[in-house]
Formats: sequence, C-alpha cells, structure tokens
Amino acid sequence: MYRRWLWPGFALPGIVWLIVLFLVPFYAVVAVAFGTVDPILGQAVPLWNPLEWNVGWMLEVLEQLTPGGRFFGAAVRTIVYVGIALVLSLLIGYPVAYYIARHAGRTKSLLLILLIAPLWINYLMRMLAWVNLLAADGFVNRFLTFTHVLAEPRDWLGGRASTVILALVYGYIPFMILPLFAALDRIDRSHLEAARDLGAGRFSTFLNVTLPLSKAGILGGAVLIALPMFGDYYTPDIVSGAPQTSMIGNQIDFYFHVGGQPPIGAAITVVLAVFLTVLMAYYLWTIHKASREARTA
Amino acid sequence: MSTAAEVQAPPRLSAWSRFRGWLTNPWGRPRFLVVFTWAYMIWALVPVLIAVQFSFNDSRSRTVWEGFSTRWYWGDPVDSVWHDPALRNALVQSLKLATADVLIATPIGVLLAIGLARWTGWGSRPSNFLMLFPLVTPEIVMGVSLLLLFTRVFTFVGTGTTAQILGHVTFSISYVVVIVRGRLFSIGRQYEEAAADLGASPAVALYRVLLPLLMPAIIASAAVVFAISLDDFVISQWLSKGGETDTVPIQIYAATRAAPLPSTNAIATIMMVLTLVSVTAGFLVWRAFTRGERRAGTKVADEAGAAMQMR
Repeated sequence: MYRRWLWPGFALPGIVWLIVLFLVPFYAVVAVAFGTVDPILGQAVPLWNPLEWNVGWMLEVLEQLTPGGRFFGAAVRTIVYVGIALVLSLLIGYPVAYYIARHAGRTKSLLLILLIAPLWINYLMRMLAWVNLLAADGFVNRFLTFTHVLAEPRDWLGGRASTVILALVYGYIPFMILPLFAALDRIDRSHLEAARDLGAGRFSTFLNVTLPLSKAGILGGAVLIALPMFGDYYTPDIVSGAPQTSMIGNQIDFYFHVGGQPPIGAAITVVLAVFLTVLMAYYLWTIHKASREARTA
Repeated sequence: MSTAAEVQAPPRLSAWSRFRGWLTNPWGRPRFLVVFTWAYMIWALVPVLIAVQFSFNDSRSRTVWEGFSTRWYWGDPVDSVWHDPALRNALVQSLKLATADVLIATPIGVLLAIGLARWTGWGSRPSNFLMLFPLVTPEIVMGVSLLLLFTRVFTFVGTGTTAQILGHVTFSISYVVVIVRGRLFSIGRQYEEAAADLGASPAVALYRVLLPLLMPAIIASAAVVFAISLDDFVISQWLSKGGETDTVPIQIYAATRAAPLPSTNAIATIMMVLTLVSVTAGFLVWRAFTRGERRAGTKVADEAGAAMQMR
C-alpha cells in the first residue's frame, strides 16, 4: 500500500497546483466568455454550467473576425507579422546555427555562450535597447543621415509594420536558433561523409542530407517562437503603440485593461487558444515522435 | 628548364577582389558563414551593450553620450534608481516575487519530477502531459486566465503580490521538473536499487542516495526559477494591482511608452546583471557537481544541452 502510493504522493502537490492554477483558470476564461454581465455592477459573471452558456459574446467575436469586422485587421496582421518574422528568423538563424554546429571549431564554446546570453537578458531590456537606438535622435537615424541614406531622420517608432516585425524577429530569434543548433549538432558526420563519397557536392549534400535531417529542429523552433508571438501585445506596444500595427494580443489587452469588457476579451482569448492548441498539439506530437524514434534507434 | 622569368607573377588584386576571394574560397572554411555569424552576434548583443552604456550617461539623454556617471543609479536625488520610490519599489517587488517563487516552486517541482519519473500507474501519462502545457501556453492566455481566476473565482485572493507569487510558481514548476527529470534519467535507478539491496527503505534510499545525487539539478533549477521570475513581464502585469506591486519589467514597459530616462536603462542593467549572475551561478554549480561524470568528447554538446534544457 505504502509503496503503491509513494510516487503518486510525490507528484500530488504539483499536480493539484497545476489543476487548480492552470486548468481551472482556463475553464474560468471559457466560463466568462460564455457568461453574462451583472446588470447593476456591470461586472462579468462566469457561467460554469455549459448548459446555461450564453453564446452571444462568442458569436459577436467570431463575426467581427470575418472580413469587414472589427478584429479582422488585427487577426490578419497577426498572421502576416508572425509569418514574415518566422521566415526572417529562419533565414537568419539557420546559417548561424549551421556554422556553430558544423564549423565553429575552437570558437564553438564562446559562440554558444553568446548565443544563449540573449535568452537571459530581459525581453523588455532588449526592446528598450532598440527604442533608444531608433529614437528620433538615436544612433540609427544619426548614422543614416550622416551617410546620406536618409535626408532627414525617420520616425521609426511611429507605427511602422517593418519596425514591429524586426522587433519580433530580434525578440524571439534566440529561442529558434537553439533548437536549430541542437538538430544540426546531432547529425552524424558519417552521413555527410557518405554523401560526399558517393559524389555529392557541398550544395547537394546540404540539400539532400543536412536539410532533411534538421527538419525536426526547423519545425520545433518555428512552433516554439510562433506560440508566444501569436500572443504578443507588448512588442507592438513598445516599438509602435499605434492602432495600425495592433495585433490580436493588443485586442485582448484592450478589452481587459482599457475597454472594460472582459467577456469579449475572454472570447478572443478562447479563439486564440483554440487556434494555438492546434499548433501546440502538432509541436508536442513532433517531440513525442522524435523521442520515440530516438528510443528505438 | 624553366627560368624565373617564365613563372608569371600573380596578377595584382584589388582589396575588394581579395576580400571576395577570402570570403568565397571554396577550399577554406566557409568564410561567408563566419562573417554572417559574427554579424548576427553583434546585432544580437551590441544594442543591449549600448543601452547599458547609456545607463551611465551624465545627462538626461539616452542617445547622446556626455561622459560617465553613476547618477542614474544613486547620484541623482530625484530620478535615480535608489531615490525614485517607483523604481526602488519595483526592484524590491521583483526580488520578493523571485525569492518566494524559488522557495515554493523548487520543492513542488522536485517532488513532481521524482514522482513523475518513478510513478508508472494510471494517471501518470495525463500528469506528464499536464506538466508540459505551461511551457507552451502563451503568457497572455495564462495571464488572462489567472486574472479571471483571482477576480471572479477566488475573489479572496484578488490582484497583487499573492496573486503574482501564485502565478509565477505556476509557470515555474514545469521548468524545475524538466531540469530535475533530465538529471534523474541520467542517474538511472541503479543507485537506489543498490541501496534497497543493502536494506534501505524507499524513503531512506531517497533521502540518503537520490537527494544528494539530485543536488546539482535542484540548485540549478532554483537559479533558473529565480531568473525566469525576474524576467517575467506578462504574468506580473496581468496580476499587478499597480503601485507597489509593479515589478521592474512593468516599469521598463511603462517608461518606454512614456519618456524614458537613463534611470530606466540603469534599472534594466541591474536586472540583467542579477539574472546573468543567477544563471551563471546555477550553471557553475551544475558543472562543479557533475565534473567527474562527463566524458571528454561530449563536453560542449552536453553543456549546450544543459543550458538549453534550463531555458
């Protein structure tokens, strides 16, 4: 008896904690999204019983997410920004990860430390750094006007989509390079030698051996940074703050902190979470598959 | 017989074409990648170093350098980190949350990791799955759900320090589990089995054998929890009730949207140093404890793996 309950007993506090403070809260969001509003106090009232649910908020949000609706612009922007940021992160991150994994030699340890360092520097500190650089009299404007690329300083922080996308890339790319590095570093060199012995050139070896073997890293890294990017609201707030660059996270933030309509914010959160669950499920499935392959190999 | 005259001198190359030859030499190391990688490192880190530099600026500007000074740390009687109550409170609040987080999340996470690694019965698979979820849930979703939990369900908690601590522990537990579980797998079960063969009960084997072996992972995970708690912005912001419960990242966020002074850079620099010291200390402890266990050839990969696992 004692032995049987020993290990579940160890896990119990953590599991109870995660149920009470992770699963129940998520159900609270659903209950508020399908809940009502107190007519006197104007506060959101969660409805816990699915049979009593009020689908009004959710229908309104879904309607506003279609073309012509209030959230359509933000939703499209979010997908476009995240998409471009993912492609740019991959184009920048892959060569860096490839070099460090394959050719860095004696500088490998140093480069790895430099690669990991940004992960431990506060995200907002890194955004603050760019706010300083991109200010009206900041280094970027001074450099560009000094070299006559620009005739006069440009307002980088005044609601530009390009600034938001570059800030997203800057913010999240370190999280992508590490899985890429791990995937590339794991590739057995004998595979590459075999390809070369069989007459494949450098490029062909890369295309037919290295790239397919690093696919898991590419997908893992992409999902790993796509998830937080889809829920980001502080990056556009900090480097732009304008409605024309507002993402779906900004809409949620607005309905809770400014607009004072939690049910709408909660309904958008539920839609976002359902959308991301598909991504998450895919990511967990790839991990699961990779670890099963590693076990059988 | 060839004479010296017949051997033609190589054509003189311009600096540009020599650079191009160096860059694209197909027989040497891939120089393009060298340049690209170092350019990336400069892009990734130099902006932060410039921000650190301007925390020491002797004027109110964050863009024009006017000499070294520590006025934004303590010299300035109004706006320095030391004298501005908002910034000082933020620093205290950040450290308070991080300390409470370490003290609560580390034991719960260690127990959960041991439990999940050894428990094979019904319920262990869903529990493993549940543990992974906080790692992949976007923070805004967690922020919204915890806010609604504390304002609509457990209304006696409300927003503020207690709610922030509960929220930080919730996202920290999984990190502890991932780090400790990695160590548990690399230790294996043979030490515990040896202890059991020698007559130790599971509790004694755990306390006398497993716990000492887990110590590096426990210390490393405590350091990581401290760092991620200091780093957190979203959960702290959603559960803050303003005023004294605003943490340093919230102050940085507020300042970048208003008109930041170099004191913002100064407090951000302090946070960065605290985080990096905490992570480095955790990593060094990990290395010191596991020194004899690493095989020579796999050093770099193992350490990268350990550092990655932490994040």
